[in-house]
Amino acid sequence: MKQFLSFVRKEFHHILRDRQTLLILLGMPIALIMIFGFALTTEVKNARFAVLDFSKDNATREITNEMETSRYFDLAAEIHGYNEIEDIFHKGKAKLILVFPPSFESQLQHVHNPQIQIIADASDPNVATTLTNYAGNIIMDFQNRYNQERKYPYTIQTRVRMLYNPQQKGTYSFVPGVISMILMLVCTMMTAITVVREKETGTMEVLLVSPVSPIKVIVAKAVPYLIISIINIISILLLSYFVLEVPIRGSLFLLMSESILFTITCLSFGLLISTATDSQMMAMFISLTGLFLPTIMLSGFLFPIENMPKALQVASNIFPARWFYQVVRAVMIKGLPLAAVWKETVILGGMAVMLLLASLKNFKTRLA
Amino acid sequence: MRTLRFLLEKEFRQIFRNPAILRVIFVVPILQLLLLPWAADYEVRNIKLAVIDHDHSSYTRQMISKITSSGYFLLDQYTNSYKEALVDIEKNRADIILEIPAHFEKDLTRENEAIVLLSIDAINGVKAGLGASYLQSIIHDFNNEVRSKWIQLPRFNPEVNIDIRPSNWYNPLMNYKFFMVPGILVMLVTIVGSFLTCLNIVKEKEVGTIEQINVTPIKKYHFILGKLIPFWFLGIIILSIGLFIAWLLYSIVPVGSLFTIYVFAAVYLLAVLGFGLLISSFASSQQQAMLITFFLFMVFILLGGLYTPIESMPIWAQWFTRFNPVTYFIEVMRLVVLKGSDLSDITRHIITVFGFAIVLNTWAIISYRKRSS
Amino acid sequence: MNEQSIIHVEQLTKRFGDFTAVDAISFEVQRGEIFGFLGANGAGKTTAMRMLCGLSMPTSGKAFVAGFDVYKQTEGLKRNIGYMSQKFSLYEDLTIKENIRFYAGIYGKSDAFIKDKTARLLHQLHLEDQANKLVGSLPPGWKQKLAFSVAVFHEPRIVFLDEPTGGVDPVTRREFWNLIYEAAATGITVFVTTHYMDEAEYCNRVTIMVDGRIEALDTPSALKQTYNASSMNEVFLQLARKAKRNGDEVKTA
Repeated sequence: MKQFLSFVRKEFHHILRDRQTLLILLGMPIALIMIFGFALTTEVKNARFAVLDFSKDNATREITNEMETSRYFDLAAEIHGYNEIEDIFHKGKAKLILVFPPSFESQLQHVHNPQIQIIADASDPNVATTLTNYAGNIIMDFQNRYNQERKYPYTIQTRVRMLYNPQQKGTYSFVPGVISMILMLVCTMMTAITVVREKETGTMEVLLVSPVSPIKVIVAKAVPYLIISIINIISILLLSYFVLEVPIRGSLFLLMSESILFTITCLSFGLLISTATDSQMMAMFISLTGLFLPTIMLSGFLFPIENMPKALQVASNIFPARWFYQVVRAVMIKGLPLAAVWKETVILGGMAVMLLLASLKNFKTRLA
Repeated sequence: MRTLRFLLEKEFRQIFRNPAILRVIFVVPILQLLLLPWAADYEVRNIKLAVIDHDHSSYTRQMISKITSSGYFLLDQYTNSYKEALVDIEKNRADIILEIPAHFEKDLTRENEAIVLLSIDAINGVKAGLGASYLQSIIHDFNNEVRSKWIQLPRFNPEVNIDIRPSNWYNPLMNYKFFMVPGILVMLVTIVGSFLTCLNIVKEKEVGTIEQINVTPIKKYHFILGKLIPFWFLGIIILSIGLFIAWLLYSIVPVGSLFTIYVFAAVYLLAVLGFGLLISSFASSQQQAMLITFFLFMVFILLGGLYTPIESMPIWAQWFTRFNPVTYFIEVMRLVVLKGSDLSDITRHIITVFGFAIVLNTWAIISYRKRSS
Repeated sequence: MNEQSIIHVEQLTKRFGDFTAVDAISFEVQRGEIFGFLGANGAGKTTAMRMLCGLSMPTSGKAFVAGFDVYKQTEGLKRNIGYMSQKFSLYEDLTIKENIRFYAGIYGKSDAFIKDKTARLLHQLHLEDQANKLVGSLPPGWKQKLAFSVAVFHEPRIVFLDEPTGGVDPVTRREFWNLIYEAAATGITVFVTTHYMDEAEYCNRVTIMVDGRIEALDTPSALKQTYNASSMNEVFLQLARKAKRNGDEVKTA
């Protein structure tokens, strides 16, 4: 045990001496939380739109005005013919164009069935869909107000309640994602690289001839990263709670325990990679493409899993982050107890044990 | 010039002898372009619905079948109580609970007004918002159908119904891959370009060969060029492989000319490589270099306008995007690949990125020291 | 400055913060000499050598190498020197031939010169069969000899060797020193740091550095006489006992 601790101390010295790396390791979660919390929202705001108004009456002006004053849109230009649309889109001056046909208001008053055309620049289909929806909603509001003078018979009212996140803040789904990303990066990539570095420089052999068992040598390398990860989890939780105002509804103890479980899974993954590679570049390449990208893409935090092709949905199951992400959402945001996430917990634990065994086995056969 | 020739000869030999680099060059683009476009689909559909029908009338059945046949919603199951349905939400089996109160049909026909309740899992706020508005508009349509049955149409016309006709230019089928694939190409070229250059130099530092170079009369800019040119070629090769795969797998052919893309990419790579060089002059170990590059490029890519639109970012982030080369490449890709813009449309982009290239490379040359102080 | 001296050093000093790695050293090296630079680890040998090669900026003092000022004329200086560092510094993923070609090329040697001299060198080292093997696959002793040959390939006026025989077996060390003698015979001045005292006997003159200062400078036989010792080892031990610095404190700059 004493030997083991002296190895852990040595690893700490390595990390503490490299201030730049340490700064990034500890600063990265903070920067990411800030970026995700403030800069990245899939909600579209202040999108530039243009108006092609063949009618120019009170009604069209009112709708245009509504659009402009909403937080979703900014009026970029008024154009005068269809031929100008191409130019507007080409130069990226607007993402959406509202076209009012001639005599819109009189149609509205007499025929009750006027038309509005919404032309979206769908080179970014996500934004196009969202913007078309927003614009549609604004027009519908206008219509409802117009209709409000009298009450209609046979009306179905819908009452909507937004659970867990009444203000529909983007941060609620990003924070659990960022936690998984950071842990993956710090634990898997950094661990894999440090171990491989000792191999590259040849110091690994020196360590292995020492009287300490090789397994302890390897595990000692992982311990500092475990501690850094715990610090990171704490700083992410503090920031998201106090700065982003994301609640922690479930038990903090449960959340921390689950995070540590996931950290151990990631560390084991990193160790496995390190036993299978000989160069730092390869180690980075494997952790990046084999782990980090799939984590971002398939864990469900950027893109909904249910939209993916079946094969990818099945594949997403083998990535620990997918399960951890569910756990964090359930415990942190929904406030559920362990009973609700026992399945995910068992899967994560099983993965950790399997990965650890695999890397130890791999490690031994390499030594033999 | 002769010195440069020897430097290039050496770099190319080392690159083509390194299995890791070759794998990065060929496997990464193929793997990413094969997988990522399928995953990167934000469109909100397949929303899972839990229904609590306390009424069990013919109207409620009609309404529910109208909702499920819309294609946006999957009926998870009927439950008897809100409590049961909430468990479905907790376990992610349902996204929305549609609760229809008892006497819905009676209220609608006798009292002229009936209520349905929607409870939505709003952790993902955008998905929740869109889901709610889809569901509301389907219910609204259903409402109109009901009304038209009870009231003669000519007599009941005063309700205004604005007819909204959306049309989507450049990508009428709303194919997400047309949008994601060019973006992924940008990511690839950026990451590979900067990582490889940076790691290459830092590795020479770690191994000690750089000292052997420093003690020769070689000029700083020769050394930098000797590193820049090979990786510039690699970047172009990766771009070409990527464009080829995009065509092969997703039939994406740029509307504009390939020439325009290559011109921009040529300049862009200079900037990105310059960045890699700059980082390498500050980093002392490969691990450090990787971490710094990784961190910076994660920020660059996230704030590059691929995942989320720049307009919705706060002002400070929008300011940042103006100094982010990735933003420009993503915009150019979209302009050229989807809209067919030509060189004259993107002059501003080219000039800006060329400016970055000059600044970054000059800075890299200045901070590369052959002698420690 | 002495007509014959190719290295001229006066009060050369290097400080890292509070720590003075090299403390006002002065000496001259004659043309064609094999000049040994001895000292324990951390005595300041490598730092001094790095300043003379233009790899490290001196804090104060004067130094001229092959007539070039180490402060300002580093490019001219570098054209006239060869350097072999403690760390093995050929590219392991290039072949023997490719390494030679690369280093000769960046010193501006012509293709004909490179081709001709490579053939002679490979013959001399009995490496003809291995010319197209990756350097990484060579045994350590061979790597060392090759690194030396590459350092003098462009025919510099002075070659700096920083502990060139570290970790090499006695037989190879002997062979290595034969290479040094051959190079010296062609008129190349050799400046070598070492902590093997038997190697000191091979030098024309030796300096012994202790704690950043030069404690002794003379021919090996004169030094033995002065300190009344039977070997250089004894001379060194007498001087090194005065050292206050811990061996591993400063190894590289």
